[in-house]
Amino acid sequence: MKNDQNTIIRYTPSERANHWVSAITFILLALSGLALFHPAFYPLTQFFGGGVWTRILHPFIGIVMAISFSIMFSSFRQLNVMTPADREWLGHVREIAAGNERNMPESGKFNGGQKVVFRLMVSCMVLLILSGIVIWRSYFAFMFPRAVIRLSSVVHAVSATIMIAVIMFHIYAGIWTKESIDAMLYGRVRRAWAKQHHAAWFRQMTGGK
Amino acid sequence: MALQSLDITRRSATTIPSPSQRQTPEVAKLIDISKCIGCKACQVACMEWNDTRDVVGTNHGVLDNPMDLSENSWTVMRYAEVQTDRGLEWLIRKDGCMHCANPGCLKSCPAPGAIVQYSNGIVDFHEENCIGCGYCITGCPFNIPRLSNKDSKVYKCTLCSDRVAVGLEPACVKTCPTGAIVFGTKEDMLHHAEGRIADLKSRGFADAGIYDPKGVGGTHVMYVLQHADRPALYCGLPKDPSIGAMVGLWKGAAKPLASFALAAGALGAFLHYVTKGPNKVSEEIEKEFENEK
Ligand code: HEM
Ligand code: SF4
Repeated sequence: MKNDQNTIIRYTPSERANHWVSAITFILLALSGLALFHPAFYPLTQFFGGGVWTRILHPFIGIVMAISFSIMFSSFRQLNVMTPADREWLGHVREIAAGNERNMPESGKFNGGQKVVFRLMVSCMVLLILSGIVIWRSYFAFMFPRAVIRLSSVVHAVSATIMIAVIMFHIYAGIWTKESIDAMLYGRVRRAWAKQHHAAWFRQMTGGK
Repeated sequence: MALQSLDITRRSATTIPSPSQRQTPEVAKLIDISKCIGCKACQVACMEWNDTRDVVGTNHGVLDNPMDLSENSWTVMRYAEVQTDRGLEWLIRKDGCMHCANPGCLKSCPAPGAIVQYSNGIVDFHEENCIGCGYCITGCPFNIPRLSNKDSKVYKCTLCSDRVAVGLEPACVKTCPTGAIVFGTKEDMLHHAEGRIADLKSRGFADAGIYDPKGVGGTHVMYVLQHADRPALYCGLPKDPSIGAMVGLWKGAAKPLASFALAAGALGAFLHYVTKGPNKVSEEIEKEFENEK
């Protein structure tokens, strides 16, 4: 695809690599976290070498994700500023869910929905990192009073649930919107795809052609 | 320790019934603070029986030694000098697991069977199942479990579940030279306590009473307090301990509900896909770019 004149660059190789580091660490975190979340999920500890290893590994994987996610945050932050067009886009969200994109206002590189997802992920991630450190018994929990640890346990569980729901939505959006996964896998999208889904970005990248 | 495996009332992180064919009477240890002389024989007996050895500490200028519970010191005597209407009083409390009827540790623990409660009321840690997360420490209303640095397992008083299982009293009870610690069925212990409280009242301790806090469903270690109206005098014994709203929220119905909501979301997404179809580039736009192919 690299030599294909009909495609537009959407993500650089380093953006893609980092995105997938976040994605893989997230899956590992969700599986290892859910294992301790409710007894129904405890068997997930088998993927990590048992309960003790799950408990040990989860927070360290969390640190890797925190670093990778912070890098992603700084490279996509400016692109995720909400504009009036995005708000209008969000007003038409039912139509797009029904598969009708005709009345949608043009979106930039990211549409209103993607920006909402970005905000939710960033908020959950901040809460997860802060509360995760407080409940990390081996190294940090002894520094905090019990009331703070209890609150953090709730915050961690709640923000993890929201984050998992948001990521599920994010993954589904990638499956539902055909070819969008190509952008994150190979970095490029077809011009037709760009015009269809991100018309304002398409014009900005190509001058309208 | 799993000696009484047929009479388990509940296990941590387990949603199915536990082996519970055998029923045993509820037991309790009653600690009469007014009779305690602070000799620490119980502390020694505890270490002897359980074969734990704490590190030799330093002298902090007070009688408390060690200064706190640890993975090797499952009970410690806490000495309080307080001024009451009777003058200076020395209130010595034997601290350790209270064996709550409704244990916050067991409720918080994510590892199946790492904490069990027998039908006799004893709450026991099964270290072989413990993953060392410390959630029990977060959930305990009395600040009892201690995580070992050596093996990352938690330890606390077992109420000598191994001795009780074969009809013996706990080691601390056996050794107490003044009879300040007694052990028997919970019913007998409550009855015994009534006599002790009546005696204390007749000697001018108008507020003498039993400490068997209802907020945790009652406990299987109870105190006779001279000042039952002010448990905090006894080195911060909580007046109204309970598992608390935060732990209730953390470990309550919200989690299974949230799990169902996530599963419903996944199903909803799948149904959306098969009913609405994928979101492809429209034919109009495809045509525009046709000649570029
Ligand atoms: C970002 C850094 C993170 C840190 C430092 C962290 C730390 C922790 C710690 C210390 C625990 C307690 C269990 C253990 O010791 O292993 C825990 C539990 C958990 N974590 Fe994380 N975590 C992080 C990120 C995440 C993320 C991104 C998720 C989302 C999927 C997540 C989901 C969970 C869940 C569901 C639990 C179980 C909570 C409960 O039992 O109520 N964590 N985390
Ligand atoms: S430290 Fe062990 S006993 Fe305590 S909650 Fe975690 S797994 Fe359960």
